[in-house]
Amino acid sequence: MTSFSRTDMAAKAAADIPEGWVVNLGIGMPTLIANEVPLEREVIFQSENGVLGMGPAPEKGKENPWLINAGKQMVTLRPGGSICHHADSFAMIRGGHIDLCVLGGFEVAENGDLANWATSENDNAPAVGGAMDLGAGAKRLWVVMDHMTKDGRPKIVERCGYPLTSLGSVSRVYTSLAVLDVVHGLGFVVRDIVPGMSLEELQSKSGAKLHARS
Amino acid sequence: MINKIVNTLAEALSGVKDGSTVLIGGFGSVGQPDALIEALIEQGAKGLTCVANNAGTGRVGLARLMELGRVEKIICSFPRSAGSVVFEELYRDGKIELEIVPQGTMAERMRAAGAGIPAFYTATSHGTLLAKGKEEREFDGRHYVMERALKADVALIEAWEGDRWGNLTYNLSGRNFNPVMAMAADLTIAQVQHIVELGAIDPEKVATPGIFVNRLVRVDRGEGWV
Repeated sequence: MTSFSRTDMAAKAAADIPEGWVVNLGIGMPTLIANEVPLEREVIFQSENGVLGMGPAPEKGKENPWLINAGKQMVTLRPGGSICHHADSFAMIRGGHIDLCVLGGFEVAENGDLANWATSENDNAPAVGGAMDLGAGAKRLWVVMDHMTKDGRPKIVERCGYPLTSLGSVSRVYTSLAVLDVVHGLGFVVRDIVPGMSLEELQSKSGAKLHARS
Repeated sequence: MINKIVNTLAEALSGVKDGSTVLIGGFGSVGQPDALIEALIEQGAKGLTCVANNAGTGRVGLARLMELGRVEKIICSFPRSAGSVVFEELYRDGKIELEIVPQGTMAERMRAAGAGIPAFYTATSHGTLLAKGKEEREFDGRHYVMERALKADVALIEAWEGDRWGNLTYNLSGRNFNPVMAMAADLTIAQVQHIVELGAIDPEKVATPGIFVNRLVRVDRGEGWV
Protein backbone atom coordinates (compact mmCIF):
# COMPACT_ATOMS: atom_id res chain seq x y z
CA MET A 1 0.00 0.00 0.00
CA THR A 2 1.49 3.34 -1.01
CA SER A 3 -1.16 5.65 0.36
CA PHE A 4 -4.56 5.73 2.03
CA SER A 5 -7.48 6.31 -0.36
CA ARG A 6 -9.96 9.10 0.30
CA THR A 7 -12.40 6.47 1.58
CA ASP A 8 -9.71 5.01 3.88
CA MET A 9 -9.03 8.48 5.30
CA ALA A 10 -12.74 9.15 5.82
CA ALA A 11 -13.19 5.73 7.46
CA LYS A 12 -10.25 6.34 9.83
CA ALA A 13 -11.70 9.68 10.94
CA ALA A 14 -15.20 8.21 11.21
CA ALA A 15 -13.94 5.38 13.45
CA ASP A 16 -12.68 7.99 15.93
CA ILE A 17 -16.04 9.76 16.30
CA PRO A 18 -18.01 8.45 19.30
CA GLU A 19 -21.78 8.32 19.61
CA GLY A 20 -23.34 11.52 20.83
CA TRP A 21 -20.94 14.01 19.28
CA VAL A 22 -22.24 16.92 17.23
CA VAL A 23 -20.04 17.15 14.16
CA ASN A 24 -19.65 19.71 11.37
CA LEU A 25 -17.99 18.43 8.20
CA GLY A 26 -16.36 20.88 5.78
CA ILE A 27 -16.93 20.91 2.04
CA GLY A 28 -15.06 18.31 -0.03
CA MET A 29 -13.19 15.34 1.43
CA PRO A 30 -14.52 15.78 5.01
CA THR A 31 -18.09 15.27 3.71
CA LEU A 32 -17.17 11.62 2.93
CA ILE A 33 -16.80 10.92 6.66
CA ALA A 34 -20.60 10.92 7.17
CA ASN A 35 -20.93 7.87 4.86
CA GLU A 36 -18.55 5.93 7.11
CA VAL A 37 -20.46 6.42 10.38
CA PRO A 38 -23.09 3.67 10.79
CA LEU A 39 -26.62 5.02 11.37
CA GLU A 40 -26.98 3.07 14.61
CA ARG A 41 -24.09 5.07 16.10
CA GLU A 42 -25.99 8.31 16.73
CA VAL A 43 -23.73 11.15 15.64
CA ILE A 44 -25.47 14.46 14.97
CA PHE A 45 -24.19 16.14 11.81
CA GLN A 46 -24.55 19.91 11.60
CA SER A 47 -24.38 22.02 8.48
CA GLU A 48 -23.63 25.72 8.88
CA ASN A 49 -26.66 26.77 6.79
CA GLY A 50 -28.86 25.85 9.74
CA VAL A 51 -29.35 22.09 9.44
CA LEU A 52 -28.87 19.91 12.54
CA GLY A 53 -29.24 16.13 12.36
CA MET A 54 -28.50 15.37 8.70
CA GLY A 55 -29.14 11.82 7.50
CA PRO A 56 -27.92 9.84 4.49
CA ALA A 57 -28.07 11.24 0.94
CA PRO A 58 -31.64 11.25 -0.44
CA GLU A 59 -32.89 8.36 -2.56
CA LYS A 60 -33.36 9.14 -6.21
CA GLY A 61 -36.75 10.77 -6.75
CA LYS A 62 -37.02 11.78 -3.07
CA GLU A 63 -34.70 14.79 -3.21
CA ASN A 64 -36.04 18.01 -1.66
CA PRO A 65 -34.54 21.18 -3.21
CA TRP A 66 -35.31 23.11 0.01
CA LEU A 67 -32.97 20.92 2.06
CA ILE A 68 -29.28 21.37 1.25
CA ASN A 69 -25.96 21.25 3.10
CA ALA A 70 -23.07 23.73 3.14
CA GLY A 71 -21.76 22.23 -0.11
CA LYS A 72 -25.17 22.99 -1.71
CA GLN A 73 -25.89 19.25 -2.11
CA MET A 74 -29.39 17.98 -1.35
CA VAL A 75 -29.50 16.09 1.96
CA THR A 76 -32.01 14.50 4.33
CA LEU A 77 -32.95 15.08 7.97
CA ARG A 78 -33.00 12.24 10.48
CA PRO A 79 -35.91 11.94 12.90
CA GLY A 80 -34.98 14.47 15.58
CA GLY A 81 -33.36 16.80 13.07
CA SER A 82 -34.06 20.53 13.18
CA ILE A 83 -33.65 23.76 11.25
CA CYS A 84 -32.49 27.14 12.50
CA HIS A 85 -31.41 30.43 10.96
CA HIS A 86 -27.83 31.42 10.20
CA ALA A 87 -27.15 33.40 13.37
CA ASP A 88 -28.33 30.52 15.57
CA SER A 89 -26.40 28.03 13.46
CA PHE A 90 -23.22 30.04 13.94
CA ALA A 91 -24.03 30.50 17.63
CA MET A 92 -23.75 26.69 17.81
CA ILE A 93 -20.37 26.93 16.09
CA ARG A 94 -18.93 30.07 17.71
CA GLY A 95 -20.43 29.34 21.13
CA GLY A 96 -18.49 26.09 21.53
CA HIS A 97 -21.47 23.74 21.11
CA ILE A 98 -19.97 21.68 18.26
CA ASP A 99 -17.89 18.75 19.54
CA LEU A 100 -15.88 18.34 16.36
CA CYS A 101 -15.29 20.08 13.08
CA VAL A 102 -13.38 18.39 10.25
CA LEU A 103 -12.01 20.64 7.51
CA GLY A 104 -9.81 20.27 4.47
CA GLY A 105 -6.44 22.01 4.53
CA PHE A 106 -3.63 23.58 2.50
CA GLU A 107 -1.20 23.43 5.43
CA VAL A 108 -1.22 22.39 9.08
CA ALA A 109 1.61 23.58 11.33
CA GLU A 110 3.11 21.88 14.37
CA ASN A 111 1.62 24.59 16.60
CA GLY A 112 -1.90 23.65 15.42
CA ASP A 113 -2.30 26.57 12.99
CA LEU A 114 -4.41 25.88 9.90
CA ALA A 115 -4.26 27.53 6.47
CA ASN A 116 -7.11 26.50 4.18
CA TRP A 117 -8.81 29.54 2.63
CA ALA A 118 -6.41 31.61 0.54
CA THR A 119 -3.15 30.90 -1.22
CA SER A 120 -1.72 34.42 -1.08
CA GLU A 121 -2.48 37.88 0.32
CA ASN A 122 -3.44 39.02 -3.18
CA ASP A 123 -5.56 36.00 -4.02
CA ASN A 124 -8.08 36.64 -6.75
CA ALA A 125 -11.40 36.75 -4.92
CA PRO A 126 -10.61 34.69 -1.83
CA ALA A 127 -13.54 32.86 -0.26
CA VAL A 128 -13.58 32.11 3.47
CA GLY A 129 -17.14 30.85 4.09
CA GLY A 130 -17.48 29.48 7.62
CA ALA A 131 -13.93 28.13 7.99
CA MET A 132 -12.69 30.82 10.42
CA ASP A 133 -15.82 30.49 12.57
CA LEU A 134 -15.41 26.72 12.72
CA GLY A 135 -11.66 26.91 13.32
CA ALA A 136 -12.06 29.28 16.25
CA GLY A 137 -15.32 27.96 17.67
CA ALA A 138 -15.54 24.16 17.52
CA LYS A 139 -14.38 22.20 20.61
CA ARG A 140 -12.05 20.12 18.42
CA LEU A 141 -10.67 20.70 14.95
CA TRP A 142 -9.42 17.85 12.77
CA VAL A 143 -8.10 18.17 9.24
CA VAL A 144 -8.34 15.65 6.40
CA MET A 145 -5.94 16.29 3.52
CA ASP A 146 -3.30 14.83 1.21
CA HIS A 147 0.09 14.50 2.90
CA MET A 148 1.84 16.55 0.19
CA THR A 149 0.78 18.89 -2.60
CA LYS A 150 0.43 17.57 -6.15
CA ASP A 151 3.88 18.99 -6.96
CA GLY A 152 5.45 17.28 -3.95
CA ARG A 153 5.65 20.03 -1.32
CA PRO A 154 4.85 19.10 2.29
CA LYS A 155 1.54 20.24 3.76
CA ILE A 156 2.67 19.22 7.25
CA VAL A 157 4.85 22.20 8.18
CA GLU A 158 6.64 23.99 11.03
CA ARG A 159 4.80 27.24 10.32
CA CYS A 160 2.11 27.93 7.73
CA GLY A 161 3.19 29.97 4.73
CA TYR A 162 -0.32 30.60 3.43
CA PRO A 163 -2.71 33.03 5.14
CA LEU A 164 -4.06 31.53 8.36
CA THR A 165 -7.61 30.33 8.94
CA SER A 166 -7.26 29.72 12.68
CA LEU A 167 -4.48 29.69 15.26
CA GLY A 168 -3.44 26.69 17.34
CA SER A 169 -6.73 24.84 17.06
CA VAL A 170 -5.97 21.70 15.00
CA SER A 171 -5.62 18.64 17.22
CA ARG A 172 -5.45 15.84 14.64
CA VAL A 173 -4.66 15.40 10.94
CA TYR A 174 -5.71 12.48 8.73
CA THR A 175 -3.47 12.50 5.67
CA SER A 176 -3.03 10.17 2.71
CA LEU A 177 0.03 8.70 4.48
CA ALA A 178 -0.57 8.97 8.21
CA VAL A 179 -2.70 10.02 11.15
CA LEU A 180 -0.98 12.66 13.27
CA ASP A 181 -1.89 14.18 16.60
CA VAL A 182 -0.93 17.79 17.18
CA VAL A 183 0.29 17.95 20.77
CA HIS A 184 0.55 21.37 22.40
CA GLY A 185 4.17 22.24 23.17
CA LEU A 186 5.54 19.20 21.32
CA GLY A 187 4.23 19.08 17.74
CA PHE A 188 3.21 16.20 15.48
CA VAL A 189 2.93 12.73 17.01
CA VAL A 190 2.39 9.79 14.66
CA ARG A 191 -0.71 7.71 15.54
CA ASP A 192 -0.89 5.64 12.37
CA ILE A 193 1.13 5.24 9.21
CA VAL A 194 0.36 3.71 5.83
CA PRO A 195 1.42 0.00 5.84
CA GLY A 196 4.92 -0.53 4.50
CA MET A 197 6.14 3.03 5.14
CA SER A 198 8.84 3.72 7.70
CA LEU A 199 8.79 6.70 10.05
CA GLU A 200 11.99 7.92 8.31
CA GLU A 201 10.31 7.91 4.92
CA LEU A 202 7.21 9.67 6.31
CA GLN A 203 9.54 12.22 7.92
CA SER A 204 11.17 12.87 4.54
CA LYS A 205 7.75 13.79 3.14
CA SER A 206 6.95 16.15 6.01
CA GLY A 207 8.07 19.72 6.64
CA ALA A 208 8.05 19.46 10.43
CA LYS A 209 9.56 17.10 13.00
CA LEU A 210 7.44 13.96 13.55
CA HIS A 211 7.51 12.31 16.95
CA ALA A 212 6.98 8.58 17.44
CA ARG A 213 4.10 7.71 19.73
CA SER A 214 5.47 6.79 23.14
CA MET B 1 -56.48 47.53 9.07
CA ILE B 2 -52.81 46.67 8.82
CA ASN B 3 -52.02 45.20 5.42
CA LYS B 4 -48.39 44.77 4.37
CA ILE B 5 -49.28 42.69 1.32
CA VAL B 6 -48.61 44.41 -2.00
CA ASN B 7 -49.87 43.12 -5.32
CA THR B 8 -46.94 43.73 -7.64
CA LEU B 9 -43.17 43.39 -7.53
CA ALA B 10 -42.85 47.01 -8.69
CA GLU B 11 -44.84 48.14 -5.67
CA ALA B 12 -42.72 45.93 -3.43
CA LEU B 13 -39.49 47.62 -4.59
CA SER B 14 -40.78 51.18 -4.83
CA GLY B 15 -38.71 53.85 -3.13
CA VAL B 16 -35.37 51.98 -3.02
CA LYS B 17 -32.80 54.76 -3.34
CA ASP B 18 -29.47 54.98 -5.13
CA GLY B 19 -26.60 54.23 -2.77
CA SER B 20 -28.64 51.87 -0.59
CA THR B 21 -27.19 48.96 1.31
CA VAL B 22 -29.26 45.93 0.31
CA LEU B 23 -29.27 42.60 2.14
CA ILE B 24 -30.11 39.62 -0.06
CA GLY B 25 -31.17 36.37 1.59
CA GLY B 26 -30.39 32.86 0.47
CA PHE B 27 -27.64 30.29 0.65
CA GLY B 28 -26.85 29.28 -2.89
CA SER B 29 -30.19 29.39 -4.68
CA VAL B 30 -32.19 28.12 -1.70
CA GLY B 31 -34.14 30.84 0.07
CA GLN B 32 -32.88 33.39 -2.41
CA PRO B 33 -35.52 36.00 -3.36
CA ASP B 34 -35.05 35.69 -7.13
CA ALA B 35 -38.18 37.63 -8.10
CA LEU B 36 -37.28 40.56 -5.82
CA ILE B 37 -33.75 40.71 -7.27
CA GLU B 38 -35.22 40.82 -10.79
CA ALA B 39 -37.58 43.56 -9.60
CA LEU B 40 -34.63 45.52 -8.18
CA ILE B 41 -32.95 45.29 -11.60
CA GLU B 42 -36.16 46.73 -13.13
CA GLN B 43 -36.51 49.35 -10.41
CA GLY B 44 -33.21 50.94 -11.35
CA ALA B 45 -31.46 51.87 -8.08
CA LYS B 46 -27.67 52.10 -8.51
CA GLY B 47 -24.50 52.64 -6.49
CA LEU B 48 -25.64 49.79 -4.27
CA THR B 49 -23.78 47.91 -1.57
CA CYS B 50 -25.07 44.35 -1.62
CA VAL B 51 -24.72 41.89 1.24
CA ALA B 52 -25.18 38.23 0.34
CA ASN B 53 -23.43 34.99 1.25
CA ASN B 54 -22.42 34.34 -2.36
CA ALA B 55 -21.64 36.74 -5.20
CA GLY B 56 -24.13 35.45 -7.76
CA THR B 57 -23.84 32.79 -10.44
CA GLY B 58 -24.27 32.84 -14.22
CA ARG B 59 -25.52 36.11 -15.63
CA VAL B 60 -28.88 36.33 -13.87
CA GLY B 61 -30.11 37.75 -10.57
CA LEU B 62 -27.40 39.32 -8.42
CA ALA B 63 -24.79 38.57 -11.12
CA ARG B 64 -26.92 40.51 -13.65
CA LEU B 65 -27.29 43.43 -11.22
CA MET B 66 -23.50 43.52 -10.90
CA GLU B 67 -22.94 43.15 -14.64
CA LEU B 68 -25.16 46.19 -15.20
CA GLY B 69 -22.75 48.20 -13.05
CA ARG B 70 -25.28 48.87 -10.33
CA VAL B 71 -23.29 47.36 -7.46
CA GLU B 72 -20.33 49.34 -6.11
CA LYS B 73 -19.48 46.99 -3.32
CA ILE B 74 -20.32 43.47 -2.26
CA ILE B 75 -20.04 42.12 1.28
CA CYS B 76 -20.02 38.33 1.40
CA SER B 77 -18.33 35.25 2.85
CA PHE B 78 -17.93 33.08 -0.24
CA PRO B 79 -17.74 35.13 -3.46
CA ARG B 80 -15.89 32.56 -5.53
CA SER B 81 -18.07 29.59 -6.37
CA ALA B 82 -18.97 27.51 -9.41
CA GLY B 83 -20.35 29.94 -11.97
CA SER B 84 -19.46 33.24 -10.23
CA VAL B 85 -18.12 34.51 -13.56
CA VAL B 86 -19.45 38.08 -13.45
CA PHE B 87 -18.09 38.77 -9.99
CA GLU B 88 -14.67 37.35 -10.87
CA GLU B 89 -14.45 39.51 -14.01
CA LEU B 90 -15.49 42.70 -12.21
CA TYR B 91 -13.18 41.98 -9.28
CA ARG B 92 -10.18 41.27 -11.50
CA ASP B 93 -10.83 44.51 -13.41
CA GLY B 94 -11.13 46.48 -10.16
CA LYS B 95 -14.73 47.42 -10.95
CA ILE B 96 -16.25 46.15 -7.72
CA GLU B 97 -15.18 46.49 -4.11
CA LEU B 98 -15.16 43.30 -2.04
CA GLU B 99 -15.46 43.06 1.73
CA ILE B 100 -14.95 39.45 2.69
CA VAL B 101 -16.44 38.45 6.04
CA PRO B 102 -16.43 35.09 7.83
CA GLN B 103 -19.91 33.63 7.45
CA GLY B 104 -20.74 33.55 11.15
CA THR B 105 -19.42 37.08 11.64
CA MET B 106 -21.63 38.22 8.75
CA ALA B 107 -24.73 36.66 10.31
CA GLU B 108 -23.86 38.01 13.77
CA ARG B 109 -23.19 41.54 12.45
CA MET B 110 -26.73 41.63 11.07
CA ARG B 111 -28.25 40.05 14.16
CA ALA B 112 -26.45 42.71 16.23
CA ALA B 113 -27.79 45.47 13.99
CA GLY B 114 -31.30 44.14 14.44
CA ALA B 115 -30.85 43.95 18.21
CA GLY B 116 -29.44 47.47 18.64
CA ILE B 117 -25.91 46.30 19.39
CA PRO B 118 -23.36 48.54 17.63
CA ALA B 119 -20.37 46.19 17.90
CA PHE B 120 -19.29 42.93 19.50
CA TYR B 121 -16.17 40.81 20.09
CA THR B 122 -15.57 37.42 18.50
CA ALA B 123 -12.66 34.96 18.44
CA THR B 124 -13.33 34.30 14.77
CA SER B 125 -10.56 35.64 12.48
CA HIS B 126 -8.20 36.54 15.33
CA GLY B 127 -4.62 36.48 14.05
CA THR B 128 -5.68 36.30 10.39
CA LEU B 129 -5.69 38.73 7.47
CA LEU B 130 -9.39 39.41 8.08
CA ALA B 131 -8.63 40.87 11.51
CA LYS B 132 -6.24 43.48 10.07
CA GLY B 133 -6.98 46.99 11.29
CA LYS B 134 -9.65 45.84 13.74
CA GLU B 135 -9.60 46.54 17.46
CA GLU B 136 -8.58 43.51 19.50
CA ARG B 137 -9.15 42.74 23.15
CA GLU B 138 -8.40 39.96 25.56
CA PHE B 139 -11.10 38.48 27.79
CA ASP B 140 -10.25 35.70 30.27
CA GLY B 141 -7.01 34.92 28.46
CA ARG B 142 -8.47 34.61 24.97
CA HIS B 143 -8.10 37.04 22.07
CA TYR B 144 -11.08 38.59 20.35
CA VAL B 145 -11.66 40.90 17.40
CA MET B 146 -14.19 43.72 17.45
CA GLU B 147 -16.76 43.62 14.66
CA ARG B 148 -19.30 46.33 13.86
CA ALA B 149 -23.01 45.78 13.35
CA LEU B 150 -24.13 45.64 9.74
CA LYS B 151 -27.26 47.73 9.33
CA ALA B 152 -28.96 48.11 5.98
CA ASP B 153 -31.52 50.24 4.18
CA VAL B 154 -33.28 47.35 2.49
CA ALA B 155 -33.55 43.57 2.96
CA LEU B 156 -34.84 41.29 0.22
CA ILE B 157 -35.84 37.94 1.63
CA GLU B 158 -37.71 34.81 0.67
CA ALA B 159 -40.18 33.05 2.96
CA TRP B 160 -42.71 30.23 2.67
CA GLU B 161 -45.97 31.53 4.22
CA GLY B 162 -46.85 35.10 5.12
CA ASP B 163 -49.90 36.94 6.47
CA ARG B 164 -50.96 40.57 6.19
CA TRP B 165 -49.16 41.51 9.41
CA GLY B 166 -45.92 40.21 7.90
CA ASN B 167 -45.56 37.07 10.03
CA LEU B 168 -43.43 34.55 8.14
CA THR B 169 -42.51 30.88 8.07
CA TYR B 170 -39.74 29.29 6.01
CA ASN B 171 -39.22 25.97 4.27
CA LEU B 172 -36.33 23.91 5.71
CA SER B 173 -32.89 25.26 4.76
CA GLY B 174 -34.62 28.07 2.87
CA ARG B 175 -34.54 29.82 6.24
CA ASN B 176 -30.75 30.50 6.32
CA PHE B 177 -29.94 34.25 6.44
CA ASN B 178 -33.53 35.42 5.84
CA PRO B 179 -34.75 35.91 9.45
CA VAL B 180 -31.49 37.65 10.43
CA MET B 181 -31.60 39.99 7.44
CA ALA B 182 -35.27 40.78 8.13
CA MET B 183 -34.19 42.24 11.50
CA ALA B 184 -31.33 44.33 10.19
CA ALA B 185 -32.92 46.60 7.58
CA ASP B 186 -35.13 49.69 7.67
CA LEU B 187 -37.24 48.31 4.81
CA THR B 188 -37.70 44.53 4.73
CA ILE B 189 -39.42 43.10 1.66
CA ALA B 190 -40.40 39.43 1.53
CA GLN B 191 -41.43 37.28 -1.40
CA VAL B 192 -43.60 34.45 -0.13
CA GLN B 193 -44.86 31.28 -1.73
CA HIS B 194 -48.18 31.37 0.13
CA ILE B 195 -50.30 34.22 1.48
CA VAL B 196 -52.40 32.95 4.37
CA GLU B 197 -55.20 34.43 6.51
CA LEU B 198 -54.21 36.34 9.62
CA GLY B 199 -54.23 33.80 12.45
CA ALA B 200 -53.66 30.82 10.16
CA ILE B 201 -50.01 30.47 11.20
CA ASP B 202 -49.66 28.83 14.63
CA PRO B 203 -48.02 31.53 16.79
CA GLU B 204 -45.47 28.93 17.91
CA LYS B 205 -44.49 28.38 14.27
CA VAL B 206 -43.93 32.02 13.30
CA ALA B 207 -40.20 32.20 12.49
CA THR B 208 -40.06 35.92 11.69
CA PRO B 209 -42.61 38.02 13.61
CA GLY B 210 -44.31 40.64 11.46
CA ILE B 211 -42.61 43.51 13.34
CA PHE B 212 -39.50 42.86 11.21
CA VAL B 213 -41.33 42.90 7.87
CA ASN B 214 -42.61 45.93 5.94
CA ARG B 215 -43.91 44.52 2.67
CA LEU B 216 -44.69 41.10 1.28
CA VAL B 217 -45.62 39.94 -2.17
CA ARG B 218 -46.74 36.53 -3.37
CA VAL B 219 -44.37 34.87 -5.82
CA ASP B 220 -44.94 31.32 -6.97
CA ARG B 221 -41.55 29.68 -7.31
CA GLY B 222 -43.06 27.18 -9.68
CA GLU B 223 -42.62 23.52 -10.31
CA GLY B 224 -40.08 21.60 -8.28
CA TRP B 225 -40.28 24.07 -5.38
CA VAL B 226 -43.65 23.13 -3.90
